[in-house]
Amino acid sequence: MLRSFLVLVLFQFTGEALAIFFPLPVPGPVLGLALLAVLGAVVPGLLDEVAKAADMLLANLSLLFVPAGVGILQHLDLLRAEIVPLVAVLVLSTGVTLAVTALVFVGVSRLTGHGEEA
Amino acid sequence: MPVESAQTFWVFLATSPLFWLALTLAAYVGSDALSARLGRPPLLNPVLLSITAVGAVLVVSGTDYPTYFEGAQFVHVLLGPATVSLAIPIIRYRRELRRLFVPVFCAVAAGSLTGIGSAVLVARAFGGSELLLHSVAPKSVTAPIAMGIAREIGGLPELTAVVVILTGITGAVLVTPLMNLLRVRDWRARGFASGLAGHGIGTARALQVNATAGTYAGLALALNGLFTALVAPTLLMLLMR
Repeated sequence: MLRSFLVLVLFQFTGEALAIFFPLPVPGPVLGLALLAVLGAVVPGLLDEVAKAADMLLANLSLLFVPAGVGILQHLDLLRAEIVPLVAVLVLSTGVTLAVTALVFVGVSRLTGHGEEA
Repeated sequence: MPVESAQTFWVFLATSPLFWLALTLAAYVGSDALSARLGRPPLLNPVLLSITAVGAVLVVSGTDYPTYFEGAQFVHVLLGPATVSLAIPIIRYRRELRRLFVPVFCAVAAGSLTGIGSAVLVARAFGGSELLLHSVAPKSVTAPIAMGIAREIGGLPELTAVVVILTGITGAVLVTPLMNLLRVRDWRARGFASGLAGHGIGTARALQVNATAGTYAGLALALNGLFTALVAPTLLMLLMR
């Protein structure tokens, strides 16, 4: 478990280091994600090694947003001032994103001969 | 307990990072148990419930955020390794991914660009400030990545965290009626859309409905995080001109 966690942290660290040396507008942990996705597919045993800690983190992912979310307390006046555009974004943009994603998936699946199996 | 020693005890608690760490964990465990007991209704999201509960304690006790964060940072720091962990579904389903590369790639690209673009355009149309525009742009991406993106593009990560959670809840509520309305019956597409637009909360919702939908939702969550992190800064620069 600990070794698994260490591997995850090392990937994050490598990502953060890359983000410093190459000024990419991508967060360091995302570079770590990309690196792990590539290496995990070719290095045998790497998936099993990281999965122990990764599955536990992913199973409790929601908990990890709480500290940052509480930070909204410092910006309640901003939230109050912008409530109308905020609600509009939540409903309209989320609805459109759902629709476009599903329709493109279905459309392109059919075109490429991977139509629904269900 | 006499009033004086109760006060001393409170001062000890409130200045101890351990107390705020314990409160964060307790609020989440309690909220999660309540949500599970009520059959996990999308509107009663455990994260939103926990934030409200912790926030109420901070307001009532007059505690400032930096004091709270001294304890809560031990949870917060795990966001980094959790982001790296999102590679797991990509590695696990890489054969499926290779087979369906074209539809999956097109859906991620279309969904990610629609998510960022529509958020910025709607926020602007309804008179949102520049700060709001930058904070809502990555709203469909999982919170750890979205907060990183918000920081890169000049948004407010705390606002983004809350907007991301609210987006997930909105997506989880909208997905079933909307897909029925659009007559999308393919579980892969329904799940993929739910995970892409509603990240972890949308994925949890998809898993409740159908196993295939859940798998594709998890995949969409990871891929959208990666794709949006790569394109959001550039797209935003174009939209802001």
